[in-house]
Amino acid sequence: MVSMLSHHAAAPEKKPVSRNGKHLTIALAGNANVGKSVIFNQLTGSHQTIGNWPGKTVESAKGFLDFEGYNITIVDLPGIYSLSTFSIEEIVTRDFIAREKPDVIINVIGAPVLERNLFFTLQLMEMDMPMVVCLNQIDLAESKGIKIDAAGLENRLGIPVVPTVASRGQGIRELVARAIETAKSPENTIATRPVAGEVIKDRPVPEAGRRGRHGRRRRHRRGARFRGGIDTGLTALAGLIDSENLDLDYPSHWVALKLLEGDATITDLVRAKSEKVIAASEVLARQTEEVYKQPRFAAVASERYALANEIAGDVQIQAVSKPTFVERLERLTTQRVFGYVTSVIVIAGLLLWTFTVGNALSTLLSDALSFFQPVDPQISGSFWSILWNGIFGGFVAGVTLVLPFVIPFYLLLAIMEDSGILTRVAFMLDSAMHQMGLHGKAIIPLILGFGCSVPAIAATRIMGTRRERLLASFAVTFAPCTARTIVVLGLVAVYVNIWWALALYVIDLIVMFIAVKVAVKVIPGDTPGLIMEMHSFKLPSLSVVLKQTWARTRSLIFLVFPLYMIGSAAVQTLYVYGILQPVSDFISPLTVSWLGLPGIAGILLIFGFVRKEMILLTMTVLFGANLAAVLTPVQLIVLALVGMLYIPCLSTVGILVKEFGWKSALAISAANLATAILIGGIAAKILPYIV
Amino acid sequence: MSNSTEEYLEALYSLRRETEPVSTSALSKRLNIAPASVTEMMHKLAEKGYVKYSPYHGVTLTSKGYRSAEKMTRKHRLLERFLHDVLKIGNDKVHKEACEMEHALSDETARAMCQALESPDSCPDDGQLIPACDLGFSSCEECRKWGQDNPEKISKRKSSVVSMSDLKENQEGLISFIRGDNNVLRRLLDLGLTPDTKIKVCRVSPLKGPVEIACRGSRLALGDEIARNVFVEKVAN
Repeated sequence: MVSMLSHHAAAPEKKPVSRNGKHLTIALAGNANVGKSVIFNQLTGSHQTIGNWPGKTVESAKGFLDFEGYNITIVDLPGIYSLSTFSIEEIVTRDFIAREKPDVIINVIGAPVLERNLFFTLQLMEMDMPMVVCLNQIDLAESKGIKIDAAGLENRLGIPVVPTVASRGQGIRELVARAIETAKSPENTIATRPVAGEVIKDRPVPEAGRRGRHGRRRRHRRGARFRGGIDTGLTALAGLIDSENLDLDYPSHWVALKLLEGDATITDLVRAKSEKVIAASEVLARQTEEVYKQPRFAAVASERYALANEIAGDVQIQAVSKPTFVERLERLTTQRVFGYVTSVIVIAGLLLWTFTVGNALSTLLSDALSFFQPVDPQISGSFWSILWNGIFGGFVAGVTLVLPFVIPFYLLLAIMEDSGILTRVAFMLDSAMHQMGLHGKAIIPLILGFGCSVPAIAATRIMGTRRERLLASFAVTFAPCTARTIVVLGLVAVYVNIWWALALYVIDLIVMFIAVKVAVKVIPGDTPGLIMEMHSFKLPSLSVVLKQTWARTRSLIFLVFPLYMIGSAAVQTLYVYGILQPVSDFISPLTVSWLGLPGIAGILLIFGFVRKEMILLTMTVLFGANLAAVLTPVQLIVLALVGMLYIPCLSTVGILVKEFGWKSALAISAANLATAILIGGIAAKILPYIV
Repeated sequence: MSNSTEEYLEALYSLRRETEPVSTSALSKRLNIAPASVTEMMHKLAEKGYVKYSPYHGVTLTSKGYRSAEKMTRKHRLLERFLHDVLKIGNDKVHKEACEMEHALSDETARAMCQALESPDSCPDDGQLIPACDLGFSSCEECRKWGQDNPEKISKRKSSVVSMSDLKENQEGLISFIRGDNNVLRRLLDLGLTPDTKIKVCRVSPLKGPVEIACRGSRLALGDEIARNVFVEKVAN
């Protein structure tokens, strides 16, 4: 049992010094789309730190709250549906609960989908931690004609239940108060109070064992029960685990249940310590499969759902209501004609908004910054001035070329995500994405890639398996990001014509399509299908939208900016000291003979590796404003095309290494390079006959 | 059951997807048999209780006929998979070969073949769905685990099942069987698609896109490759 006021590893090192020494750690757990993030933001305001779970590509958010003399650390756990080990998010959640032992868990559940949420609640209850249920979105439920008896739910579960409307701050105070009360004295909460008439409709206890074993624990929590003596078997197994003294982080009854389910992680953990327990669990599993005529894990899931269904049935009243306006709107957005129209409007609107707002902001910012200093790449002068010019130029590029486009883009995208419209776009475009070998969810990182590849690759985390993430990231490396757009517009739209610029976009997307299709064949494994919750439309929450926008912009500032600055300085210095020239000469058979570009192209492409738009900027510095005098239209087009495709920029390689390791990052870069050489060469041979 | 009976039933099974009742002329065209012979055969099949036949109107499979037809179709498509995946026979030949072999394929061998091929869901030449087996399992894991020793003891499904991808909007069904590996099964179970759960198809998207279903008060989108492997007992609306 967790004692109150104890210090846990979960607490941050720089824990705010308490006035009276009352620290608490509260963990927020629940399904996705139940308003968990809204509650987290409500509780912590701006006192948040966002990072990754150690060694995992899962975001972790921690926040701090002072409440009636308590210094509370709030940990927002990932939104998940189960505590199996299907995904990293599930492992992170369960390890956090078991190892860090928060003082209390707030399980946020969405009132409109009570039954499915209770399935997760029951699993959390199995972990035997002090726990409060936050019954959120009761307004949404009511609009759908669903009424939930919160007191009844509290009695059925044996843990406190607080109804809330987090988006309006309703019930949040009571939620915290009851969470603290539960954390302070778990023995004194409803779970162990003498429950005279309170416990309604307790399911008959099938065998004696359970009650005996639970004598030491809070007695009235009710989890899933099993038929045919399995319950007794579970209790006996838990007893065996106790007597073997396995020294596990997890409660023994929970371990017993996980062994019954055949959970791979727990089985390995136990097997290392006691074969006897494993043998006993296998016997029980066989017995379960005999009784249920289902695989072990299916039997356990079925029983949990049976109980969730029973409880939901008892405490909720569903009035038969006509479809609401919102529901009709939802249906319209997946209708076979309007669905596609909606998808096109969403994507086109997003891009249009980005370029309109981005352009205005970009002009404003570059005017402001050029006031200080010209920022074109400097290629002569003293070592220090070149270095400084590189660093400053890199910074200005980030501020004027990336942020003004990317921030408005991410803002609108976050609004669309939170409102639920993007889910419908993913639904409608699933079959199109399948043509490529990805599924509908990949549309979100791909759209993000039109801003900047770095946050887009980070966003592939929604994809599930590593293979899917790798494929989606590979697709993203071909997406026309803002820097590429600058190159294409600057080289082709200005000096050739706008149609060729648009054609390059189309070619880029076709190349992406084919390259990913090939990669799907090459990388072993299946493409798992789309399984996605279609949550209801809702008004987006400002705090969630801002947080999401910031989370994505953050990676730009902390990863892209430093690489921009260091890279720009380094590449300029190398150039001035004549180190790039031999490299450029070395690759000239490729650039000059095969691609038909001028000798300087090698250097341009090296510059462009740091920041793609440097291709354009360096050229302007070297040749002045009229590039048409230096390069033929064909060369301009080929250079822009190769510039789009040839290699992900330094920052993209950085995030690829971070997410997938060196090998995959190199493989993706090599594939990009090969594609660029191939397509660029073909273009150089064909274009002279067309342009 | 004679080979030709089986061929007729198979043809009816595939034609009924377009229109039902199936006209005798469509049947005659499909099997390349004279209309008179087809009509004669339909009378015979009706006598045996496989079809309902009303002249000028067409032919409908009875539930008995449907079950036999589905079983034959399953064997045919499993064989195509086997010929294509294991024996590397070209897509242009598998159909004809399978047509010859299917009549000799016992239920037991068909089951072993399905296990060895890891529960395939579509045939190689035209991507058509392989129907579910008629054994009383709710997942492939059960089939792999149980009844290997005495296959006679395995119970049959009480009522026939239909793939979720063949349901129309607003149709309802009870989850009966989920085909495929355990990973998909676990995820679907976690989302509430346990056996005997009622689901309703809310939206079928075009171009073999995903279906949207309502299940336990929540809405889920399932891609076609998931939905096609979820089999339900239809519930009358």
